[in-house]
Amino acid sequence: MISNEVGYNSKVEGEVIVTRADAVINWIRKHSVWPMPMGLACCAIELMAAAASRYDISRFGMEVMRFSPRQSDCMIVAGTVTYKMAEVVRRIYDQMGDPKWVVAMGACASTGGMYRSYAVMQGVDNVIPVDVYVSGCPPRPEALLDAMMKLQDKIGRESSVRNLTGTGRPCTPPASS
Amino acid sequence: MIDDDFIASLLKNREYLRKVHYDDCLSLSCAPSRILDLCLLMRDEQTFDLLSDLTAVDHGPQADVRFSVIYHFFSLVHKSYLRVSVDCPDNDTPEIPSVSSIFPGANWHEREVFDMFGICFSGHPNLKRILMWDDYPHFPLRKEFPLAGIEVPLPAADVAEVTGAAVEPAPMMGGPFVSSSSGRISQDEPRAKDESWTEQFEKPS
Repeated sequence: MISNEVGYNSKVEGEVIVTRADAVINWIRKHSVWPMPMGLACCAIELMAAAASRYDISRFGMEVMRFSPRQSDCMIVAGTVTYKMAEVVRRIYDQMGDPKWVVAMGACASTGGMYRSYAVMQGVDNVIPVDVYVSGCPPRPEALLDAMMKLQDKIGRESSVRNLTGTGRPCTPPASS
Repeated sequence: MIDDDFIASLLKNREYLRKVHYDDCLSLSCAPSRILDLCLLMRDEQTFDLLSDLTAVDHGPQADVRFSVIYHFFSLVHKSYLRVSVDCPDNDTPEIPSVSSIFPGANWHEREVFDMFGICFSGHPNLKRILMWDDYPHFPLRKEFPLAGIEVPLPAADVAEVTGAAVEPAPMMGGPFVSSSSGRISQDEPRAKDESWTEQFEKPS
């Protein structure tokens, strides 16, 4: 008989849960994403709003904004990345422990946005690999929350065990054409 | 009171000053070698003791005098601005005296002018770039510098080596993007004035 019960039923299964390592690792990871707020411009204000009570990013286990890269999992690049700052962004990304993810929040971090200028890097994906891009100038907090949920979905699909034992995620972005 | 008598007394026996006509405020032109004297005069005797802005103008590579440095003084007594322009003597290596010893607030302004225009300020305590990184080889607000930028290496060589990134000209796609000053606001998104070309499709000649 096929049970439709989703929850854990101790009467049926005793004190044992049988699952796949990938599933349980990803389940833990995606509900404890600690963001590194890389606030570079006005998007950071919307990022703060997403953390405040009205939008409440802690519903997703992400309220622990860590200003130390060594304690964070997901860098949220919120704002305009200038060429002078790109080096700093990359160095902070390098200091984050694996596994790590990057969200490019807003038009500037994704593509340079309205700054078609000599000083602004045309997308932070020139120096770090980006997992989720968020459109908007700046995006509303809901858009960021949606992106973080998409990131959760992506984390849920990762082959975590293979990445633990194998070579893991590539740390450099693919060469741009 | 800024009136004709005041201006006449200011210009009297000071052959290095010349009045320039502007509608908005009293404007003077000053010889570059005497700008320190003028600043002391303005601060200590004429109550124009607030240097509210210091910037520069590039009149273009063809101009006889290419660079001018512009000072805006404000007097809390007269409640009035005073603009002073100083023409830089050499078009290739423009250099004028720094006023940061008289107005300490000029320190960063002069660094910014140096960064953007390449005008040197002799006697400045710390004349280095303030916006762009130290090794940047160009002066972005000069007339011949394109808005999109010029390809140069990334400031950090190790990051450039790992990522393959470089400072590249931004895609202008027919830009720069401007809003029209009239018409419906829904039609008023910033657009390139000339949409007949992009980086992919050459401008029809």
